[in-house]
Amino acid sequence: MAATEDKNIAAGQSSDQGFVYLPLIAGWLVPGAGHFLLRKWGRGALLAGSILSMFAMGLAMQGKLYANAHDILDMLGFAGDLGSGLLYVVGRAMGLGAENVQLTTADYGTRFIVVAGLLNIIAAVDAHNLRTGRKA
Amino acid sequence: MFSPSHFASVLLFALFASVVFGITQRETPNRMFRYGAYCFILFVGSAIVLSWVMYAIAR
Repeated sequence: MAATEDKNIAAGQSSDQGFVYLPLIAGWLVPGAGHFLLRKWGRGALLAGSILSMFAMGLAMQGKLYANAHDILDMLGFAGDLGSGLLYVVGRAMGLGAENVQLTTADYGTRFIVVAGLLNIIAAVDAHNLRTGRKA
Repeated sequence: MFSPSHFASVLLFALFASVVFGITQRETPNRMFRYGAYCFILFVGSAIVLSWVMYAIAR
């Protein structure tokens, strides 16, 4: 019995509540979705609004979406951008964002986009903690 | 193109980051709001203080 439960936990499955990592993955792909899945509507809406606004303002400021990494700073920026999940994929697919940063405002925009991704990761981990009961 | 001033960028950055920090780092709505406000004040306050420090150094 105990061995069976251990197997379920190891596989990331809970027999009565579904896939444990679903809020984490959903929250990463779509900002706020992890909280929406857990019926935390207010928190999810505020998180989604903040992260989407930050990402959109970054693009509106002609910020750069990192596509390839030439040095360590580019790699870190790329990792931060990937935190936005589908926002990054859609942005790249639509050719949004500047190729080169030429204005001060565009530099701010690039930071907004990276930080939006990092905040989205924090929000997704929070959804996972809510799902596992680590947080109320 | 959206081109806010440096200070407006600081305010926007502080607002969005504080909302996420407040919601994710505290458990009850009241404590979330208070922690978010605390983070916002720290973000904006530290930017203002550091700006004056750099101004003083540059003179």
